[in-house]
Amino acid sequence: MPFGRECRSPFTYPMPDLLASVESVTKRFPNIDSPALDKITAVIRSGEICGLVGADGAGKTTLLRLLAGLLEPSEGAITVTGLNSVKESDAIHERIGYMPQRFGLYEDLTVIENLRLYADLRGVVGDERSEAFERLLRFTDLARFTKRLAGALSGGMKQKLGLACALIRKPQLLLLDEPSVGVDPISRRELWTMVGDLVDDGIGVVWSTAYLDEAELCDTVLLLNEGQLLHDGKPSELTKQVKGRVFLVSGIEENQRRHVLAQTLRKKAVIDGVIQGKSLRLLVKKGETLPSLPGTAQSTTPRFEDAFIDRLGGGPGGDSALAAQMDPISGDKNVPVIEATTLTKKFGSFIASDNVSFEVRRGEVFGLLGPNGAGKSTAFKMMCGLLQPTSGQAKVTGLDLKTATSKARSKIGYMAQKFSLYGDLSVRQNLDFFAGIYGLTGGRKRSAIETMIETFSLQAYLKTSAAVLPLGFKQRLALSCAVMHEPAVLFLDEPTSGVDPLTRREFWTHINGLVEKGVTIMVTTHFMDEAEYCDRIALVFRGRVIATGSPDELKSESDAASLEDAFIGLIERETKEGTAA
Amino acid sequence: MNTDSLRRMRGLIRKEMAQVVRDPSSILIAFVLPAVLLFLFGYGVSLDANHIRVGVVLESTSPEAQSLSAAFQNSRYFDVRVGRDRREFEEELVAGKLRGMVVVPANFNETLRNGEASTAIQVIADGSEPNTANFVHNYVQGTFSNWLVQQSFDAGRPEVATPSVSIEPRVWFNPELRSSWILLPGSIAIIMTIIGTLLTALVVAREWERGTMEALIATPIGIVELLVGKLTPYYLLGMGSMAVCVITSVTLFDVPFRGSVLALVLISSVFLLAMLALGMLISTVSKNQFVAAQIALIVGFLPAFLLSGFVFEISSMPLPIQILTRLIPARYFVTCLQTIFLAGDIPSVLVPNTLALCAIATVLMLLVAKKTNKRLD
Repeated sequence: MPFGRECRSPFTYPMPDLLASVESVTKRFPNIDSPALDKITAVIRSGEICGLVGADGAGKTTLLRLLAGLLEPSEGAITVTGLNSVKESDAIHERIGYMPQRFGLYEDLTVIENLRLYADLRGVVGDERSEAFERLLRFTDLARFTKRLAGALSGGMKQKLGLACALIRKPQLLLLDEPSVGVDPISRRELWTMVGDLVDDGIGVVWSTAYLDEAELCDTVLLLNEGQLLHDGKPSELTKQVKGRVFLVSGIEENQRRHVLAQTLRKKAVIDGVIQGKSLRLLVKKGETLPSLPGTAQSTTPRFEDAFIDRLGGGPGGDSALAAQMDPISGDKNVPVIEATTLTKKFGSFIASDNVSFEVRRGEVFGLLGPNGAGKSTAFKMMCGLLQPTSGQAKVTGLDLKTATSKARSKIGYMAQKFSLYGDLSVRQNLDFFAGIYGLTGGRKRSAIETMIETFSLQAYLKTSAAVLPLGFKQRLALSCAVMHEPAVLFLDEPTSGVDPLTRREFWTHINGLVEKGVTIMVTTHFMDEAEYCDRIALVFRGRVIATGSPDELKSESDAASLEDAFIGLIERETKEGTAA
Repeated sequence: MNTDSLRRMRGLIRKEMAQVVRDPSSILIAFVLPAVLLFLFGYGVSLDANHIRVGVVLESTSPEAQSLSAAFQNSRYFDVRVGRDRREFEEELVAGKLRGMVVVPANFNETLRNGEASTAIQVIADGSEPNTANFVHNYVQGTFSNWLVQQSFDAGRPEVATPSVSIEPRVWFNPELRSSWILLPGSIAIIMTIIGTLLTALVVAREWERGTMEALIATPIGIVELLVGKLTPYYLLGMGSMAVCVITSVTLFDVPFRGSVLALVLISSVFLLAMLALGMLISTVSKNQFVAAQIALIVGFLPAFLLSGFVFEISSMPLPIQILTRLIPARYFVTCLQTIFLAGDIPSVLVPNTLALCAIATVLMLLVAKKTNKRLD
């Protein structure tokens, strides 16, 4: 790795301690009832990474833009480096570095042209410029790619270039909006090292993220939930509150653990529980003890997410109303329901999917895990008949998607990324529409829609446009549209990325319930946590499946503590073999 | 203006230029679109009627009738088919395959001899296309009168041929009344409207869509620098399209160019800046390329096409619409271009129109400067 300890950070000189203060700031946007930020008070110090943590819509970007002087607070005031964010925003722009979502790069300019532009804009000239370029190119390891168009860089390289552009003139405060989205785990780790070096030099960094595991890497954390500040302080202060209350229960029979989880969650003492590989991860209510369970329970180190759920008063229950009203799907559990045989897809000379093969049995949750652009969506789209493979075969419930496309598709429920609802249609119209395209008519259609409305408590929102639904209801609606025709197989594309942990748990409760009834699930995700919910996962990297197995198997195979470590280990092994061959 | 500020503008201009060079869509809009539109307007749109298909029904077989029929056949305005019975052509007239019929009745010679020339023939025109019907009517009448004069000459009755006052029409500036001479300068105004608004509407919206604008406004850049940095490259590109249009019109379509290049450059610059500002205004408000393109066509192209006087005479519009046309920059530009091309530098026409353009450009620029701010809300 080029970013080891020997690589010194590009800047050195000291700076004041308090960098920015946010004083009871409220931000409202026109035509939206609830404020995007509600009376937030916080400080940001130099020499620290301040994690701005929360789900999509929690108010992270709004707070960053307020700090950058790009938005005006509705109430309250923000001071950045001693300057008022509204009246002195021009002076603030001289002193901060800001990397918006998607890095703010000109994709049709080369690496060096992007740097040159920002150097011009920030008045870095002459020797100072050549020094800055040299330093930043070395720091980001982009020196070899100066003539490449930014659009042709990988996600990780784009992110480094975005960072370099924000660092052209040494800022006092560096604002990074979701820098780790769309970046593979190795690059993500490199970025953390780089930012760590900057912080050592006294720069203050605000890092916004929806990944709760990143919160633990920050010096301080501002935890946002629906515009409210839930926690301000060290991440360990929050996790400390659940110390001794988090348990890992192992030794449960593999096909029983979803059932056991649902039962356990009915108990008052257990306020949260998720599947983690072969085990169950449980959170016990303060002052209660873990009730007796099948399997062996062991106390484990709390994660930030456990503390977050505790702070929110516990997760949703473990019973799925959706699964409760469903008839079980009969059939042999050992018969493969989804079969991919040497699936290959080429776009021109680019091989997006290279000899991908796997089998998924009935009632199994199978995950395709990989960074953006690895080819998991391509494989996924071939499996649900949205894309014709160049070669190889895709079968669902024994039907070939090439020859029996529409028959196979009628067995499939599909939930696309970001829910893919019709935002301008009401909830009722969305339900009507999706029932129609899945071929439900007359009485069957009516009763299916009624069931969904009842199961997901959509009654109050029937006339609301899908676009303005609260996130949790959006997800419920998307799920009901995908399962209304009672499919035997359910395809989920990044189902809960950017979603808050409560909504995510509710979603997986339904999925677990469906699995209990015999539905087969296939998921794509770049979210390591989500991958833990799967029975088996296939790691996809550069179009190929580099490893398949249960989360626990993969972890032990590469001798790693977390799935992310396992993934990084496997990728590194793979690239090493690739260069050796 | 200090050196920092100049450097920032230069940096932006250079960046924009690099993007233009790499982005085929800007080149397409700036150079291919005007050429295509000019060909469409130059070859496709014509207000002259040539080769109108008519049927001539000769119910009379007299030599005079034959001679008249020949006169029609020799006219460049008509494509003539000759028949004996009007029923032969009736069906085709209904189907729109013929635009009109000229009936030379059996008693043609008799009527002529009685000096009732005005009722000697019958003209039937397809009224479903009033413009063409008018042409048919006028051209038949013209051809018929000419033929009558010719006949009188041949018959040695010059008194009919030389009336005491002879009217000889002479048309200034466009003696052949070629509609392309009027249409092409006008269409350049329309083309420049589309190009000017579209160029900036798309590029600024693109910056919003890709999130680069957010990164840009978080730097020390000032509003004026931002505007100058955006306008300069597209001004140059737009003047390039202007050159393409002018050269094509003069060389390929033989439109005369009687004014000065200086006047043309000055007036085009003012107009182009107004259009670029309009495009920037659109994209700043919409922040979305697709919407920006739609709006650019609706507020740029359509009013310019309908209300500039390029095709539809402003003087024949109802008064409220006439007043409305005063807000359309293309209106002034059409007049200026037609004048520069066909008449020359005529200050009494160019100065007031240019002043109006300046006023509109100033208002639009101020609006853009007001709407562009370094904030997102």
